[in-house]
Amino acid sequence: MALNKKIIELQEKREKVLLGGGEQAIEKQKAMGKRTARERIMSLLDDNSFNEYDLFVEHDARDFDMDKKTLASDGVIIGSGTIYGAPVAIFAQDFTVAGGSLGLMHSRKITKIMDHALKMRMPLIGINDSGGARIQEGVNSLAGYGEIFFRNTLSSGVIPQISVILGPCAGGAVYSPALTDFVFVVDNISKMFITGPEVIKTVLGEEISMEALGGARVHSEVTGNAHFFAKSENECFDQIKKLITFIPWNNGQKARMLEPGEPKPEYNIDKIVPEDPTLPYDVKDVIRAIVDNSDFFEIMELYAKNLVIGFGRMGGRTVGFVANQPLEMAGVLDVDSSDKAARFIRYCDAFNVPIITLVDLPGYLPGVDQEHAGVIRHGAKVLYAYCEATVPKLTVILRKAYGGGYIAMSSRHLRADFVFAWPSAEIAVMGPEGAANIIFRKEISSASDPDKMRKQKVEEYKLKFANPYVAASKGYVDAVIEPFETRKFLMHSIEVSGNKVIAMPHKKHGIPPQ
Amino acid sequence: MDSNGTLGQLNINSSLYQTRLSAKFKKRKPYQPADPRIIFSFIPGTILDIFIEVGAEVKKGDIMMILDAMKMKNKLICNMDGKVKSIAVKKGERVSKGDVLLILE
Repeated sequence: MALNKKIIELQEKREKVLLGGGEQAIEKQKAMGKRTARERIMSLLDDNSFNEYDLFVEHDARDFDMDKKTLASDGVIIGSGTIYGAPVAIFAQDFTVAGGSLGLMHSRKITKIMDHALKMRMPLIGINDSGGARIQEGVNSLAGYGEIFFRNTLSSGVIPQISVILGPCAGGAVYSPALTDFVFVVDNISKMFITGPEVIKTVLGEEISMEALGGARVHSEVTGNAHFFAKSENECFDQIKKLITFIPWNNGQKARMLEPGEPKPEYNIDKIVPEDPTLPYDVKDVIRAIVDNSDFFEIMELYAKNLVIGFGRMGGRTVGFVANQPLEMAGVLDVDSSDKAARFIRYCDAFNVPIITLVDLPGYLPGVDQEHAGVIRHGAKVLYAYCEATVPKLTVILRKAYGGGYIAMSSRHLRADFVFAWPSAEIAVMGPEGAANIIFRKEISSASDPDKMRKQKVEEYKLKFANPYVAASKGYVDAVIEPFETRKFLMHSIEVSGNKVIAMPHKKHGIPPQ
Repeated sequence: MDSNGTLGQLNINSSLYQTRLSAKFKKRKPYQPADPRIIFSFIPGTILDIFIEVGAEVKKGDIMMILDAMKMKNKLICNMDGKVKSIAVKKGERVSKGDVLLILE
């Protein structure tokens, strides 16, 4: 049959392009500990779910001998498929083809799948592995990047956008991940920077390796550019798959509900928080004591550890957690942790995820470096984000909630829907020691035994103010609950707030703090 | 994943908290007020020209050096009336950001 010949022709054409940059280039890729673009897509997506588009796209550049070059699929693979049944759009740059460099058609393929993802309202996953702009294509490469950045911004808050850095992502190219919701990096494989080590060396005389400048650890621990750190590509893909199960497919839906499950009995919520408010504990244990199956999916685990963010489920429904971490830096709020909290709050608000805030902080971190770094405007971002969020907001005050920290951590005044406090809560304008220095300064300095007077005043203040009852007497706290009741109260609050309707004044958008 | 498991102490508003301290916090440089008489390079580059010498009188607004950096010839403008105490660089020398260039008195 004539059709047989045609089918064979198609298969032969496919075979050629599927080899990417050829056997040698593939060997080099493997030698760097990296998988090929195609292997990555197959690992990430459900078996047999991948539909590829634009396999036969070719560049039409002529300058600099480009007319003599055949670049398989122009160095990028696009298509759609599913992850645990959730539809996703995906692109993966192919480093074996011209170093995965971005030319006009390469960028057209990416923008095609981005338009597709937005139109169909499904999550977009971008696997970045590229040497950067294809110099031979000149301004066309720049145009390509610009078109990608525009679409990242257009889709922001409409569909989830995930960037996976599985190779170099440098210069202009690195702005695309920065515009997406979550950035995944892998140790020794991811490299992100605006100017690379070679330029830094020649122009500035500073010597630094690629890994130390913009490797996975740097972005996970220091810069805050990455949200998830993995030691291998496989671990990274597991993280991505898990994230997809927690989030909705677009901003018009809620995340898929799963079977509820009780927290594991090894997390005894009554035994976690010490009575002495100056002693630390791991707030993640509290979270695991209240979420379904004690399954807490932490985000930005290595950055600004004094504040914890991540997803869990309550009664099968995804919730976002924001919690002070007394184990790190006494759980203070500072520049980095404010940025970390604020953006996550806005993410949850954009994608219909209720926010549960656990409060135990002594205040803001003092220091000239913090002040000069702008802790004022960074701290204000948290207030802005909480006020702006219209998703259900639930707060549990576990222990210390002093001064500005009390206000900022999703207080009733920022329109939290439910505020609960444990009996150990200390809701006051400041801690007892600080109060002794300020409020009772005169009594202490004029006393015959100042030390004794100070101790006495601290005790008096503790008794009168370091508790939840003053706030409860004013209705600032909805209920004082025992730790073991926490899950029950939170589950009920989430159930009844499912249809929450709240109107914000009409505006194009606000002007968030700098 | 964790490199600093030991507990330290942090004073917040007169209360001493037992807690882990972050690497950033441990590495931070305590604040030193700036001495306006010490002139640092604000950008890495090359000294193109030096218009002053040790002992010379300078006035606010005088151009003291030209620093070639980021494809621009940057003027180093004197910020106070005084005398040049010492010059730490030579014409043609490459400097890094924060290098001392000269000291006034």
